[in-house]
Amino acid sequence: MEKPLTQHIRADGKPLTLAEYERVGGYSALRKVLSGMTPGDVLTVVKESNLRGRGGAGFPTGLKWSFVPQDGSKPRYLICNADEMEPGTFKDRLLLECTPHQLIEGMIIAAFAIGADISYVFLRWAYRDAARIINTAIHEAKQAGYLGANILRSGYNLEMHLHTGAGRYICGEETALLNSLEGKRAIPRAKPPFPQVSGLFGRPTIVNNVETLCCIPPIIALGAEWFRKLSLTSDAGTKIYGVSGKVKKPGAWELPMGVTLRELIEEHAGGMLDGHKFRGALPGGASTDFLVDLDVKMDYTSVAAAGSRLGTGTVVVLDDHTCPVGFVRNLEQFFAQESCGFCTPCREGIPWIRNILTAMENGDGQPGDIELLEQHALYLGPGHTFCAFAPGAMEPLQSALKYFRDDFERHINEHACPWRHAVNDHNSHNFSHFQPNQYAADTH
Amino acid sequence: MLSREEISEIDHATSAVPYRQAACIEALKVVQAHRRWVSDESLREVASHLKMSVDEVDAVATFYNLIFRKPVGRHIILVCDSISCWVMGYEQIRERLRAHLGIDYGETTTDGRYTMLPNPCLGTCDCAPALMIDNDLYRKVTPSMLEGILEKYS
Repeated sequence: MEKPLTQHIRADGKPLTLAEYERVGGYSALRKVLSGMTPGDVLTVVKESNLRGRGGAGFPTGLKWSFVPQDGSKPRYLICNADEMEPGTFKDRLLLECTPHQLIEGMIIAAFAIGADISYVFLRWAYRDAARIINTAIHEAKQAGYLGANILRSGYNLEMHLHTGAGRYICGEETALLNSLEGKRAIPRAKPPFPQVSGLFGRPTIVNNVETLCCIPPIIALGAEWFRKLSLTSDAGTKIYGVSGKVKKPGAWELPMGVTLRELIEEHAGGMLDGHKFRGALPGGASTDFLVDLDVKMDYTSVAAAGSRLGTGTVVVLDDHTCPVGFVRNLEQFFAQESCGFCTPCREGIPWIRNILTAMENGDGQPGDIELLEQHALYLGPGHTFCAFAPGAMEPLQSALKYFRDDFERHINEHACPWRHAVNDHNSHNFSHFQPNQYAADTH
Repeated sequence: MLSREEISEIDHATSAVPYRQAACIEALKVVQAHRRWVSDESLREVASHLKMSVDEVDAVATFYNLIFRKPVGRHIILVCDSISCWVMGYEQIRERLRAHLGIDYGETTTDGRYTMLPNPCLGTCDCAPALMIDNDLYRKVTPSMLEGILEKYS
C-alpha cells in the first residue's frame, strides 16, 4: 500500500530534516517544476489528479487555483491553513510535526502555479512544537535556496512566513483567516469577491489545507493518474484518517481514499473497547452529521450519499456508554463559545440550543424541546447565516435527533439523563434548573 | 510605558506587513509575552504606536481567547474540553484540578502561580484527555498524574 504523505515519517516521530527529506527524493518535484514546467502545466496536472481539499469542504484544488487571475500582477498570496481546531481532528498536526519539508515543497509548487510571491503558514497557537519545527524547516529551505529570490536559479521568487494565531476556531474559515492575518477580528467575509480574486490585503489569494498541500509534491513527481489510482473509489488519492473515542487503538493512519468506516474502526482502531458497542460516529469532526452505518465508504461522494460529509476524515465514535444528548451538548457548547458573534442566528441560536440540551441533560427537558431543536436546526441551516459555521454546528444535532431520538425522548420522559447522575461539564452549572423553553411552553 | 524591547519587537512585526494596523495581533502578543497580560495602559500604548483607536485594538484583543485582558498567573493551564476529551472523561481532570488548586475556569490561584482555562480541541484526540501548561502538551492525562505535572511549574 502506497503512503505518499507519511511513508518517510520517522518511527520516533521527530521531524524529517532537510537532508533526510532530500535523501528520500524531497524537493525533486520542485526541481521538476522549475526546470521546464509552466504554471499552467502544474495546474493541469493538479486538476487531472482530482485532488480535493482536505480541510473539510472537499473543493477541487485545481479548480480553486484556476480562479486566480493570470495577469501576472503582484503581490499575490499562497496561504497554508494550519489552524487545525475542528474538534476530533488531529491529522494536520502529524504532517506539520513530522514532514515539514513536504508541506513547504507543496507550498512552493502551489505558489508557483498561481504566481504567488508571498506565502504564509497560518498555524494555531496551541501547536507549539509544530511552530518550532516549521520555523526551522523554513530556515533550512531558505539556506538551501528553495525559498527566497531566484529559487534554484529559475528566476522564481517566493517569501515564506510563519504566522501563529491567538486562538479562535473561526480562524480556520478561509475568509476569517484572512481578516486575522490582517490583524483584525476573525469575522468571515461576504463572498463574492472570492479570495482567489480579492483575498489577503485585497490581493489574489489561495488558502489550502496542510494535507492538501502535502499531496502536491507526489502528484507532480508521480503524475495525476498514479494519484487517482491510489484511491479505492472515484475520489482520488490517499487520506489521513483518524479515530478517537472508546476504541482499543485510537490513532491516525494514511489509507487509500474510500476505505469503509468499518475497516477504520474494526481493523485500524482495533475495534471498540471491551464491553462497549458502536452506536454512531462523526466521520470528519464536530461539524459533520452522524453516520450509523459502518459500511459507508469514507470518501467525499459516498459519505455525502449517506447524508453526511467526509469533513476532515477524523472519526469521533459514539459508544453505548456515552449519552448522545451529552455528546451533542458538548459539541453545541463548543460552537456556542466559538461563534464569532457577527450574525444573529448563529450568535443567539446556538447558545439557545446548548441551553435546551443542558436542561435536558439535567432532567429539566420538557415536551416540545425536540421539536424546538429541530426548528433551530432548520433555521440555522444553509442559507440562513453569514457563513458555514452554524450550518456545520447543526449537522451533528439534526442527525442525532434522527438516529438517537428515543434517547432524547427518554431524557424528557424520565426527567433525568439515563447515563449519568450529575452534569459537571464546563458552564453547565450556570443553567442547572433553568428551562429555556419554559416561557414558550407556558404561552401555548 | 512599552519597553524598548517591546517597541523593537512590535516594529519588527509592522515591517513585515503592508500597513501598521495589520500587526495588531502580533503587537498584543508581544506585550503579553513580556507582561503575561494586556492592561488598559498597554492597550492604549499599542493603539497609539499602531495609530489605531483604543477601541479598535480592544475589539481585536477581546476577540481572541489567548490574548489576556485580565492578570493571569505565572502558568496557564489549558484544559481541552472538546468532544474526544469529553468522551474520554476530561471532567475528572477538571474536577481534580479544581479540588487541588481551589480554582475554576477563568480563575487564578491566590499565590499567582496558575490560571486555569478551558480550550477547544488541542488536536491530540487519539491521546485524550489532553491539557497544556504554558508551551507543554500533556496527553492521556489521568487525575492521579496531575499533582506531579503541576509541580514542574513554580
